[in-house]
Amino acid sequence: MIAAAVNSDARSMPELLLVAKKLSKRFGGLQALSEVSFSICKGDIYGLIGPNGAGKTTLFNVLTSLYVPESGTCNFMGHQLTRLKPHQIAMVGLARTFQNIRLFGSLSAIENVMIGRHIRTRAGVLGAILRDKGTRAEEAAIQQRAQELLEYVGIGERANDVAQSLSYGDQRRLEIARALATDPVLLALDEPAAGMNASETLVLRRLIEKIRDDGVTVLLIEHDMKLVMGLCNRVLVLEYGKVLAEGKPADVQRNPRVIEAYLGAGAADQAAVKVPANDPATTKGPGAAGGATPSNEDHP
Amino acid sequence: MSTVIDTRNGISLKVWMGIALCGVVLAILPFALGAVGQSWVRTLNFALLYVMLALGLNIVVGFAGLLDLGYIAFYAVGAYIWAMLASPHFGLHLPFWVVLPAGVLLAAIFGALLGAPTLKLRGDYLAIVTLGFGEIVRIFMNNLDAPINITNGPQGINRVDSFSVAGFAFGRSQELFGFRVTGPEKYYYLLLLLTIIIVVMCVRLQNSRIGRAWEAVREDEVAAKAMGINTRNIKLLAFSMGASFGGVAGAMFASMQGFVSPESFSLTESILVLCMVVLGGMGNIPGVILGAVLLSVFPELLRALVIPLQRTVFGDVILDPEGIRMLLFGFALVLVMIFRPAGLWPSAVRRRELSGAKGGQS
Repeated sequence: MIAAAVNSDARSMPELLLVAKKLSKRFGGLQALSEVSFSICKGDIYGLIGPNGAGKTTLFNVLTSLYVPESGTCNFMGHQLTRLKPHQIAMVGLARTFQNIRLFGSLSAIENVMIGRHIRTRAGVLGAILRDKGTRAEEAAIQQRAQELLEYVGIGERANDVAQSLSYGDQRRLEIARALATDPVLLALDEPAAGMNASETLVLRRLIEKIRDDGVTVLLIEHDMKLVMGLCNRVLVLEYGKVLAEGKPADVQRNPRVIEAYLGAGAADQAAVKVPANDPATTKGPGAAGGATPSNEDHP
Repeated sequence: MSTVIDTRNGISLKVWMGIALCGVVLAILPFALGAVGQSWVRTLNFALLYVMLALGLNIVVGFAGLLDLGYIAFYAVGAYIWAMLASPHFGLHLPFWVVLPAGVLLAAIFGALLGAPTLKLRGDYLAIVTLGFGEIVRIFMNNLDAPINITNGPQGINRVDSFSVAGFAFGRSQELFGFRVTGPEKYYYLLLLLTIIIVVMCVRLQNSRIGRAWEAVREDEVAAKAMGINTRNIKLLAFSMGASFGGVAGAMFASMQGFVSPESFSLTESILVLCMVVLGGMGNIPGVILGAVLLSVFPELLRALVIPLQRTVFGDVILDPEGIRMLLFGFALVLVMIFRPAGLWPSAVRRRELSGAKGGQS
């Protein structure tokens, strides 16, 4: 269903979807992002991790134009995202969910998803008032597609329930369904597993894999390391608004700077002793290890 | 959503019977009331005008969630356009099919004009700006008699043409099919027709792509933007649509009264219309209609009941109904807000919202 909308071929040569260059954002005295660069290829599940306050959500908000960065560019399939208005972001194929769920709370689940179809449908005031054949057909199509998407994320039987009465996990899934309703090329999920238990997280993981397999590239902010490391094929680590490391999950996991950021300096020392024994390559410089590239070379 | 699906899958016989019954009642109502007194038909006509106004305001307040305290300005624009284009004031007597669309269009433009500077405002701030806008329009009407006399100032515009279609004048009494039909009775049917058109438009808009976009803006503007909804355009559309209904009501008011003056468009009128929407049930079309009918008929009912009642009980009029009207009015509103906080006939959405708030966020 989604594959048809995107018409992708994930297994062909990796095609760059999004290229961010030196994005910087400052809030008063706080440098929330400084010169963040990364790129996402078609078919990726791209993880974005970092300690609290590292600037992950700020980066999301810059990508979706809610914030305007002081400098830097962000090319998404030929569109300069930083020059677009927030409502134009979904139009070019980038949809998002929110860390603190932002559903249309008092509307039903299916209405939430139907609103997601707004930009892919056309009926205006005149169509609504006259309710001509075309409008009625479009309305039926919207409703059908919304129901399909609810079933796709696994909450089909909740269609007529009020969004805010759904369980936390179902609300997260409804947000994903609503974002998918805009026919995105890139789906940005802001901590989709927050507040979920282990079994719900597993279901979510299956869902994200299914979305990827259906041709939608996924950008994922997540705190659940197990989920990120198991799901993502590339990971970007942020700390204090700077890129700490970028690369394959396994390499990033071994990067001493990442370990230090997450577990403290002491742990990094221990890890630094331990890691070379396993993989001598990392001591020469993570860049040589095939993927993990620290932003500068003065690592411990 | 379930109601939408129900209406689409065919209307049951019971509902058709109900509609037919309502139709018969509405059709004979002016004659029944006319037998009691022509002033009641006039009251009924004003009730219909208020229904149109309340439905227009409901688009802005109920659907899109934008608090508008200056709504009466659009009523004024519609009324003044009719008065200026169809009265001896400028010597123009244009037909209704020119004046009515002109009034609607200009009111819609004024709606967008009000909307444009308030796009980034919400809640209290928006209310204050719209309140100011309403007053600005009224003060302009009051003072645009110099240096060029446009609105004739506080005296207002007199001898405004009444509605007439191909020689059939709605302002005069005449014999029709052996019945004597008065002007107000004729106006009643005209207003009823316009009201039904507006109701149908409102219902259809609510259950459409545009209506959902309005609801999205009301619920969460940031999320609406993230869904690709152009919130600026959709808010301006709400202001314009609401204003255009106000313009229709205003034009009908001018033609029916034959006289307009700035006094009719005061802040209290704006608040009265807002009360109708809130009391009836924001966002719910039947509720808003109920609110408008109740609040417009209630003062007349009071006038008709209180004086005779006092005469029989005390033998004299001790309390002037005009004096206690506002007191009772306020008291009724407080009671409604205590016992039915979502309005007398709330929309399903609003009911959920309030019950959710009471139950607390889990």
